[in-house]
Amino acid sequence: MTQSVVVQVGQCGNQVGCRFWDLALREHAAVNKKGIYDEALSSFFRNVDTRSGDYGPDIYKGKICSLKARALLIDMEEGVVNEILQGPLRDVFDSKQLITDVSGSGNNWAVGHKIYGCQYRENIVEKLRKTAEHCDCLQCFFIIHSMGGGTGSGLGTFVLNLLEEEFPEVYRFVTSVYPSGEDDVITSPYNSVLAMKELNEHADCVLPIENESLFEIVNKIHQIINSGKLGSTVKQKSLVTSSAGSAKTLQEKPFDAMNNIVANLLLNLTSSARFEGSLNMDLNEISMNLVPFPRLHYLVSSLTPLYTLADVNIPSRRLDQMFSDAFSRDHQLIQADPKHSLYLACALLVRGNVQVSDLRRNIERLKPSLHFVSWNQEGWKTGLCSVPPVGHSHSLLALANNTCVKPTFIELKDRFVKLYKKKAHLHHYLQVDGMEQSSFSEAMSSLSDLIEEYNELDAAKGEPRIDPSRLKIAV
Amino acid sequence: MSIVTVQLGQCGNQIGHEVFNALCSDIRGTHGLCSRKENESYQDSCKERFFCEEESGVPVARAVLVDMEPKVISQTLSTAARSGHWKYHGRSHFCQKQGSGNNWANGYSVHGPRHKEAIMNLVQKEAEKCDRLGGFFTIMSMAGGTGSGLGAFVTQCLRDAFPTSFILNHVIWPYGTGEVIVQNYNSVLTLSHLYQSADALLVHENDVVHKICAQLMNIKQISFRDVNQVIAHQLGSVFQPAHTAGGGSGYSRNPLGDLMEALVPHPEFKVLGLRNIPQMPENSLAYSTFSWPGLIKHLRQMLIAKAKMEEGIDWQVRPPQPGSCLPSASKPLHFNTSLANLVILRGKDVHGVDLGSFQDPSLYTSWLKPQDAFSAWRTPRAFSKYEKSASLVSNSQFLLQPLDSIVGKAWNMFASKAYLHQYTKFGIQEEDFLDCFTTLEQVISSYTNL
Repeated sequence: MTQSVVVQVGQCGNQVGCRFWDLALREHAAVNKKGIYDEALSSFFRNVDTRSGDYGPDIYKGKICSLKARALLIDMEEGVVNEILQGPLRDVFDSKQLITDVSGSGNNWAVGHKIYGCQYRENIVEKLRKTAEHCDCLQCFFIIHSMGGGTGSGLGTFVLNLLEEEFPEVYRFVTSVYPSGEDDVITSPYNSVLAMKELNEHADCVLPIENESLFEIVNKIHQIINSGKLGSTVKQKSLVTSSAGSAKTLQEKPFDAMNNIVANLLLNLTSSARFEGSLNMDLNEISMNLVPFPRLHYLVSSLTPLYTLADVNIPSRRLDQMFSDAFSRDHQLIQADPKHSLYLACALLVRGNVQVSDLRRNIERLKPSLHFVSWNQEGWKTGLCSVPPVGHSHSLLALANNTCVKPTFIELKDRFVKLYKKKAHLHHYLQVDGMEQSSFSEAMSSLSDLIEEYNELDAAKGEPRIDPSRLKIAV
Repeated sequence: MSIVTVQLGQCGNQIGHEVFNALCSDIRGTHGLCSRKENESYQDSCKERFFCEEESGVPVARAVLVDMEPKVISQTLSTAARSGHWKYHGRSHFCQKQGSGNNWANGYSVHGPRHKEAIMNLVQKEAEKCDRLGGFFTIMSMAGGTGSGLGAFVTQCLRDAFPTSFILNHVIWPYGTGEVIVQNYNSVLTLSHLYQSADALLVHENDVVHKICAQLMNIKQISFRDVNQVIAHQLGSVFQPAHTAGGGSGYSRNPLGDLMEALVPHPEFKVLGLRNIPQMPENSLAYSTFSWPGLIKHLRQMLIAKAKMEEGIDWQVRPPQPGSCLPSASKPLHFNTSLANLVILRGKDVHGVDLGSFQDPSLYTSWLKPQDAFSAWRTPRAFSKYEKSASLVSNSQFLLQPLDSIVGKAWNMFASKAYLHQYTKFGIQEEDFLDCFTTLEQVISSYTNL
């Protein structure tokens, strides 16, 4: 079995990462009753013998001693990481996995990427090497960050570059939180577009996330719970409300709840690699099947049913509804409508007591209403994992390579252009060593090219399909 | 003679496990419906063919399990051992950590050469345990990365290392609407390569078996286990001991050889389809009776009309009129022309069954005499609780349309160059793809012109 390493960069990255580790521990605790350190656990955790101190040797078999996350926590401010280290997860990380600084990146991609990148390069490489050495067979790096700020965006993409250089054989999956239109960081368009260029060139797969979508999903969950329609069968174990126990009001953005959703995404994505099933779907298969051309590696994700994210216990009678929901607009983790755009490829990873006939029935049912590109009319990748999420009977993760990401990118480009035309705040970036006007224009054209590739695919969408003529054999 | 089974990838290992289960439970069952002596001879023959005796008395399957990631093999080994009736050899498996990522090129060009020695060592060990090696039976799917790519590589290695042994590849064709997006590429690459090294390809299509599960076995929520059990039953009906020569001379000592002799007269035609009737849920067996004439009539029409199972057969399809010497292009389109057919009958009163309808020359292509084109194996020992069981292994146009469909879809994708970068990075170039397409178009053309 393989291992994965999570690299969480910046405030957002670390907050989401924190939720991920919490959920991962709970998931494994529910499955692993005997407390034996097994292969599934080893995909994300090391087992360390701490009797001789905190940095004891790794134990590869036998009883669980002390679990340490295979992670790197990077932030140029100390606040978030310190909070993690004082919270219930403090024993899961050791101090050798942290890289922090004091003053932050000032929401400036250039500071994160060029200044801190340069400064911390060796430190980061060394820590990555160490983490990789602890892995028997390292398959994948998961980077979690936001695009709109300075550290997650700038330093995060710097690390992405580093990973490609130092570990070219290892997959790079990036979970990127994109800024919304009303984002309070004025320079977020600059940061995002500069980061996009790096994602275009160095990531294997990107899972874009938008806060607006997460917020809407969280609201929906609250509505379902509070509507009283579910009656006495509802048990809430609060995976949605914050781990500190205090419920946030809905007027403020409920970030913990939103971060849980992203954490669930990562858990479900890796479930088939960690647990058994009748049709396994490993991480390298995701990249193989969902990326038909190297640059088109942006995958729109959706998780159903929603209430699994809230840990609400409802007996699920409506399996087929779960499949339908996965394709509806309000279950996507970005503001997009895949049903009305063009599919290049689609993956369905089902967990729990679902069999191949349920899968086939639903694919047959939904196929007619979806538009697939002409050369991939049956472009479905499916996986069946027997282990459901904690406390539930089944769940579904849908990943789509779909042109519906285009509007997100176009909007991003528009916001960028609006700022750039006025040269607003540009000096903050240009005064950083290594940043020039060309950095901006190159980033812009990288994004434009990407949008153009999606445009071409969309343009061919309505055209009548002419199958290329087959090879002729002399009889 | 013994057969060594090589289980490749998740599919190969899951099916292989069900096959050994089916074989074992068939010989343990007392539903032989024949004399005790006959039954014992059957059991001994099966055990020699597929199992090795160990001191503990638990039969050990003659198998090598190969996968590029550990989860499936570990499950397969433990489930078999738990049954208590048979098991796999503790060290006859090879696995790695990372899987092939559904990438044929990864399986063939990277994993193949890297692990060739280790895998062939295991095969050699199993082969040496056989008093007489009757050949190899490999089980794989062609949609994924390991079964398909590494499977093609291993088949080539088997051919190189055992040039005179028979090699039969059991290949699973995936559901038409995708299990894997690049399944058509992987299929084209696999089939074209297997064609060079194997003696024959025995095919099961997931769509067909799924229908059997849904309509004949009445299973509501069909799992892969259900599908695999039907496949295992069908394979068992072919590979369990049978009388291949005229009655009285005992069970065949060379099952794979006999199969090849009956069905593969020409190296250009290696694709074999399999049909088995009747199929029904176990608890209905006691309430059903069948007559041989009825079964034979159905089986023949299934052959002619390319039916997937014994329900929904198109009875309108008829063979072309004899003596009218029509060129093959104007034969009725739905009619299935055969090169060679083998019917295997097991159970009560097999020797009296009239198989003349299968020797009708209009069923066959013109260049073989019907007596050479048709073979029958009759075995009085009943199979797996079915009082009467009839199987048809056919070298005909059965799989022509599905093959054509797979090649067409792969070609369509290839023309747009989608996913090619995933293959080229592991050493499979566009020219390699073109070679494979050419090979398969040739096969399609050959079968079309039967």
